[in-house]
This record gives sequence, C-alpha cells and structure tokens, in this order.
Amino acid sequence: MSTEFCARCGRVEADGDHTRCAVLLASIDPPRFCADCGRRMVVQVTPAGWVANCSRHGERTSTSPSVD
Amino acid sequence: MTAVDTDILAVAREQVLERGEGLGQEQLLAVLLLGDDRLEELLQLAHEVRMRWCGPEVEVEGIVSLKTGGCPEDCHFCSQSGRFPSPVRSAWLDVPGLVRSARETRDTGATEFCIVAAVRGPDARLLSQVREGIKAIREDGNDIQIACSLGMLTQEQVDELVAMGVHRYNHNLETARSHFPNVVTTHTWEERWETLRMIRAAGMEVCCGGIIGMGESVEQRAEFAAQLAELGPDECTMNFLIPQPGTPYEQYEIVEGRDALRTVAAFRLAMPRPLLRFSGGRELTFGDLGTKQGMLGGINAIIVGNYLTNLGRPAAQDLEMLDDLKMPVKALNQSL
Ligand code: SF4
Ligand SMILES: [Zn+2]
Ligand SMILES: [Zn+2]
Repeated sequence: MSTEFCARCGRVEADGDHTRCAVLLASIDPPRFCADCGRRMVVQVTPAGWVANCSRHGERTSTSPSVD
Repeated sequence: MTAVDTDILAVAREQVLERGEGLGQEQLLAVLLLGDDRLEELLQLAHEVRMRWCGPEVEVEGIVSLKTGGCPEDCHFCSQSGRFPSPVRSAWLDVPGLVRSARETRDTGATEFCIVAAVRGPDARLLSQVREGIKAIREDGNDIQIACSLGMLTQEQVDELVAMGVHRYNHNLETARSHFPNVVTTHTWEERWETLRMIRAAGMEVCCGGIIGMGESVEQRAEFAAQLAELGPDECTMNFLIPQPGTPYEQYEIVEGRDALRTVAAFRLAMPRPLLRFSGGRELTFGDLGTKQGMLGGINAIIVGNYLTNLGRPAAQDLEMLDDLKMPVKALNQSL
C-alpha cells in the first residue's frame, strides 16, 4: 500500500512530522484520511473494530488495514 | 468544625465511609487541593468507600455510535459537531451492524450495551432505527441490558424508550453549571437537567457524568461533583478530554495523571453508591498503570473495547486487569 498521505491528519506524509499522528493511530485514533489520496473517509467505529471508506479507494477495516 | 483544624480525609472517613454520606462542595475542594503526598491515602480511602458501599464487582459496558458526526450542537470538545472542521464524517450504522456490535459486546462478558447518537435530540427516523435495532438484538438471542444516549428528549420520547425496554439513559451534564456556557452555547445545562429529570421520573436508570480537562478550575471540578451528587445518578461516567483535531479544544493539554486520579477519588467521595465508570480518554490520561490505580481509587465500572469515534484497548486486556485485581465482572442476573 502506498502511504502518501497521513491517515490521521490527511497531510502529505513527506511533509512535516507525523510522529504524534503515528502514535495516536496506533492507540486511540482510527484512520480518518485515505492514505492513497488524502480524502476524508467515512469511518464507523464498532466495539471491536472499525471500517473506513474512501469514495475512490474503497473500504479498509481494522482487520485488514492495508487492503485497499 | 472547620477545614483548618480537621483533616479532610479523617472527616471523609467518618462521613463517607462510615455513614455513607457524600462530601459537599467545600469539602470536595479540600480533597482536590490535597498534595501529591496524600494521593495514595486518598485513593485508598476512595477504594474502601467503593468496596463498602458498592462491593467488589465491576460493571462492564460496550458502546457503539449509531449515528456519527454532523451534530448541529457546538459542544467544544466534540469531534462530532458539524460546526467544527473535524475530520469525522457523518455515518449511520445499519441494523445488522448494530446487532453485530451488541454481540461483540456480549461476547466480552459485558452486561450493558449503550446505543449512542450524535444529535441534539432524536427524530422519528432515529427512534425507529433504535426500535428495530433493539428488536433485532433480542431476536439474535442477546439478552444484554440496553442503554441509550440520544440527546435531549421530550416526554413522549422518554415514554417510547421505556416501552422499547431501554433500562438506562445516558445524558451528561458535561461540566459544572458555572462553566457550561463556555463549553456549549447551543443549549443549556438546565435543558440537560430537564431531560435527566424526565428519565428519572419515568423509572429509567440515570447515567450522567462529564468530561474533566475542559479548562474548568479546581473549584468548578468540586462544583461539578457536588452537582452530580445532587442529581444522584445510578451511574456517573468520567471522561478525560481527548483534544480532538479541528475542535476549539484541539490544543488543550491532556489532564495530568495524578490530577485525574485525585478527581476520580473526589467523585467517589462525593457519590459513595453509584457506579463510577471510566469512560473516554483514560488510555491517554492514565495509561495502563493509571487505569489500575483508578480501579483501586473509586472506579467500579468500565467501558471495554472501542468508543464512539476513538479506539480503546482490546477488551481482553481490561478483563485480564480485572482478573489480576480480583474484581469480579458483574453478571447479567445480578443486575436485573
Ligand atoms: S450534542 Fe453530543 S454529539 Fe452533539 S456536539 Fe454535543 S456532545 Fe457532540
Ligand atoms: Zn499526520
Ligand atoms: Zn482514497
């Protein structure tokens, strides 16, 4: 999977420091932005997981976060 | 008796632990102003109060967001308000998704499942989704107790929820009455209080709490605890601010761990009997060690798994912690 965009803040990965974003993504935040195109995704959090949808790149889930 | 010549923890031991009478606002302020050198003693007392008036069981709950985002209200802490440039987009969970979520929650051993919607108050569509959802959860053979959190209600809506079998309703006062207008401008603390009054009058259990760390003063923390005690909820839910991107509180500091523990203990000393639940923000504020300390400092209920728009720790990790602490998870038949 390409990770051009930060899934938490939606900015370009190469641009700026995303260390804190990475920490939060690994703990309390589901992805909010598509890593491929930076679009805001529709995210449903459930007790045991999450499902995130990019209108262009489809669905990712907590069990298969790297599948686009 | 004055606070100067009588140690507040000695007073609390006699008043709260022995007699079961919560501390008042001034007394709570004295507790919140105790130094770190008294923290351990304070937590120990809050734990004894919890054991004496509630017992060792821990109530475990799961929650799910039925309708996410796009809320017309302006609660400054909330990533689901449609008024702020938050990355959270609107989403609806369908009935099969709700059934699955309830099953995931029941599978952890939890006895409570709370259905939450980001709204000012429910409309007919939302209520019918809740009705269908509850029916489908029951048809799935799931007997978990169902709570709802759908904003401010009318009397008819309260009656409808009772008819659906909703046994508890969550509606947070969020913060001290004197601080509320700084946090929310689209509705009032009094409007929230009125919904809570109707829920109580209809015989539903009242769940009410708020968020610590929204710029309130220590006096306002004491005020809030006293106001909650006056309400007398069956459950008080304690959240710690997660500074959400795009919200006015994005840059706020996370509540410091010892301060948060002091607040937990003070809330227990204000309210010896209700469930005191660790809710959102505990992962950031407390971490693993602090969570354990909170469980030994007055807390007797937790949310396991994920929250509404944030993720929690895996349920298994929390259940293991309770096992380590020799705190039994409350069983379904105990709470009926
Ligand atoms: S009413 Fe609830 S969902 Fe809406 S902005 Fe306030 S806290 Fe968020
Ligand atoms: Zn980032
Ligand atoms: Zn995309």
